[in-house]
Amino acid sequence: MSLDITIHLIDRKGISHKLIAPTDIQMNLMEICKSYELPVEGTCGGMAMCASCQCYVESDHILAERSDEEDAMLSEAFHVKKNSRLGCQIQIRSEIDGLKVRLAPDK
Amino acid sequence: MLNDMIKTDILVIGAGPTGLFTVFEAGLLKLKCHLIDSLPMPGGQCSEIYPKKPIYDIPSHPEILAGDLIKKLEKQIEPFQPKYTLGESAVSIEKTKDDHFIVTTDLGTRHMAPVVAIAGGLGSFEPRKPPLDRLTHFEDNGVNYIIKNPELYKNKKIVIAGGGDSALDWTIFLEGIGAFVTLIHRRSEFRGALDSVDKVQKLKNKGRIQLITPAEVISLKGEDKLSSIVIDHDGNQFSIECSYFIPLFGLTPKLGPIANWGLEIEKNAIKVDNTLDYQTNIPGIYAIGDVNTYPGKLKLILCGFHEATLMCQSAFKRIYPDKRNVLKYTTVSGVNGFDGSKKEAVKSIIKSID
Repeated sequence: MSLDITIHLIDRKGISHKLIAPTDIQMNLMEICKSYELPVEGTCGGMAMCASCQCYVESDHILAERSDEEDAMLSEAFHVKKNSRLGCQIQIRSEIDGLKVRLAPDK
Repeated sequence: MLNDMIKTDILVIGAGPTGLFTVFEAGLLKLKCHLIDSLPMPGGQCSEIYPKKPIYDIPSHPEILAGDLIKKLEKQIEPFQPKYTLGESAVSIEKTKDDHFIVTTDLGTRHMAPVVAIAGGLGSFEPRKPPLDRLTHFEDNGVNYIIKNPELYKNKKIVIAGGGDSALDWTIFLEGIGAFVTLIHRRSEFRGALDSVDKVQKLKNKGRIQLITPAEVISLKGEDKLSSIVIDHDGNQFSIECSYFIPLFGLTPKLGPIANWGLEIEKNAIKVDNTLDYQTNIPGIYAIGDVNTYPGKLKLILCGFHEATLMCQSAFKRIYPDKRNVLKYTTVSGVNGFDGSKKEAVKSIIKSID
């Protein structure tokens, strides 16, 4: 069985990227984006403290619930929608294979 | 003209962990440092973003809070009397005929040094601005992100938006000096020190402040100056009269004017020579810590410390090309502070046993 999953990511220009992400090295979506050199700043390094990796989940995958810290950060971020998540809080696991996300505006 | 200028040996831009440790390594070589930082306190991200978060990869500290790391660094560099220009950002650089650099801040403070070390992390911290129409039009005409002169708000109606420590702290402070404060947040939970949350709760109970949650500011009204704001309170929209709107949504780092200093930039970072001394394409200007890039770069505090150390050796050679210099170990030479203090190993006792 392959340990890699596929994530479909739409960047801020509307361009779609197919990301191959490993499930066996504890990566999160923000880190995958950075490894593909996508325009995700990840300022705080993944502590749910900057919202530079905010994205909208557009597929109906069931993700782990938002932690209090993620909720608090999103309550202070901009362009937040019901399907907003912080990429750094989305762990790459086999359950989210095929996930479709769109990067939130950064300005 | 040169008299009103701050002069030093190494001008460090950025007072995060890497910039602070530079003071120590420079001090061992008897070089003085002056640090510029846009934040009002030293520490950079460690102070502004995650002071209460533990770090586990600082050699010899199995665990240390980011805020404590900064306190210890400040203590360590104290003998070398670092000077600071805080709350100002470096905006321009020029070179003098005798190969010195003059760096000017946004408030016009001028600094001169033969060596500039950029330890700017991800950039200087700027307020995160809410995406509202005509926001820039009202900046300094009713919209402020930083409270510089609290007296301005006395007896005025002000609206603060945000859910963190600064929103809570300023609500308490400004109410205390006689402002009529309305605090708005997108939800009723606040992320702040327990004590501040309690204080705001009490002020609300006593009717001293107005608290509106869950709510969001959706537009700004007024001619030249701000006169009211429109908020969305759980689906109901209404306007509130106010003279000031203070959005406090945290700070975000921007590389800013440094990007236009003629330095080679790659992926928002400054390219340096990592085979030698972390010098940039402009001799005399170095870049250390998270702000630089080179093959294999890792943005880690411990790497910043190493880069600062090598940079100081190179800076010494640049400032004193004819002076001999050998690496001295602090265990052997101790630490001789510029303040006259001296730390050294206790001499071992040599005594015969009969």
